[in-house]
Amino acid sequence: MIQVINLSKNYGDVEALKNVSFEVKKGEILGLLGPNGAGKTTTYRILTGYLKPTSGTIKVQDYDVNEDIIEIKKMIGYLPESAPIYKDMLVYDYLNYIADIRKVGKNRKLSHIKELADICRLKNVMHKTIDELSKGYRQRVGIAHALMGDPDILVLDEPTSGLDPNQIVETREIIRRIGKEKTIIFSTHILSEAEATCDRVVIMDEGVIKADDTIENLKKSTNEDKFENIFRMITRGS
Amino acid sequence: MGNIKHIFKKEFKSYFFTPIAYIVISLFLLIIGWLFFSTFFLNRQANMMRFFSLLPITFSFIVPAITMRLFSEELNIGTYEILLTLPVRFRDIILGKFLAAVSFIAIMLLPTFIYAVSVSFVGELDWGPVIGGYTGAILLGAAFSAIGIFASSLTRNQVIAFIAGMTICFSLTLLTDFLLYFIPNNLIGFFQYFSANFHFQNISRGLIDSRDILYFITISFIALYAANLVMKEKK
Repeated sequence: MIQVINLSKNYGDVEALKNVSFEVKKGEILGLLGPNGAGKTTTYRILTGYLKPTSGTIKVQDYDVNEDIIEIKKMIGYLPESAPIYKDMLVYDYLNYIADIRKVGKNRKLSHIKELADICRLKNVMHKTIDELSKGYRQRVGIAHALMGDPDILVLDEPTSGLDPNQIVETREIIRRIGKEKTIIFSTHILSEAEATCDRVVIMDEGVIKADDTIENLKKSTNEDKFENIFRMITRGS
Repeated sequence: MGNIKHIFKKEFKSYFFTPIAYIVISLFLLIIGWLFFSTFFLNRQANMMRFFSLLPITFSFIVPAITMRLFSEELNIGTYEILLTLPVRFRDIILGKFLAAVSFIAIMLLPTFIYAVSVSFVGELDWGPVIGGYTGAILLGAAFSAIGIFASSLTRNQVIAFIAGMTICFSLTLLTDFLLYFIPNNLIGFFQYFSANFHFQNISRGLIDSRDILYFITISFIALYAANLVMKEKK
């Protein structure tokens, strides 16, 4: 469904991505892992049309990010890192605005917003401004934003960062529940979380792909039982 | 087309979520009301000429204050990333924000209509120039909004956006008055064509000439197009 092909991105002299290629199949939950500065967010930003690649491309179905970015944006729900959201807006107004942009039909809009408020447990805060919300609630608004209009693909950049243990479990449950019908790429620094949710992981470091396999296979090939140790082995080797 | 409407609605509403809108409107009415009425009875003329002649200078700093947050704020708090990853074209984003700013200016001008009504009580008011004046005011506001939006797209700092926008607007307003002293007389006509003040004063005399209208449309188009290029460059 998603093909990343020889993707490179430079910020001035800094090479954030160096010739990266990988694939995501339909219905798969892919964990894009790696230390900070590995190039995960840059990859997401190119996939979602926020940045342009220096060279290479990403294809979603038959669409190319360099040519049909609007079509790709229609298919993707994106939760940026730390979910920046308009602070002065009411949660309801914000979701309503996203629903309009995402062309959720008038008849369906209210029930769809209700449904998302239900999934993300936002019912109690619908009439508060986003400014007033705690970090956990803001993150949930971000997830509701990503789910708006039922996109086929979800891109979640560290959806559980900065949350307390209870919220982490809740968020993980949401991801797993919606992951049954959707293609998901997400990143996390909590490796046990990746282990519990991902069908496959791509491990990046310094703009290069270091591993692309199921966690099972990685364990077999490295003769290592703990995924944490494998991750450290792979990303510290450079 | 639909997306322009949604962006417009959101931007227009959010003007009134924060106190800035009310502060700017009050400031505008206070300044222009005082400047207009302080000399109104001395002039002994029942017309709005002086009110409209004050608009280009007043708009030069009021309009950039209205537009400064449109992109700078999004760049600053990071919602720019959300905006650019929604299935919306740059053109629609820019036009939505532009229309919101112009509508806000129209709302801001609305109370000044009371001036015209009160002037008509004290004398015979010729409504032609008043209608021309308001048409010109909207066109002027549109051109300055476009400039302000361009300035806002350049930086994440609203103060810098404000000062940059104000500088361009003031330059366009004062162009002829300022250059008068420096350029040969036979070139003034040429430079006048670039002056916002010159075209605005033409319209506010009640002469609605296509050249003056074209001037404001051209300025708006160039500034919005420049904002579009800045957005593309940021990718």
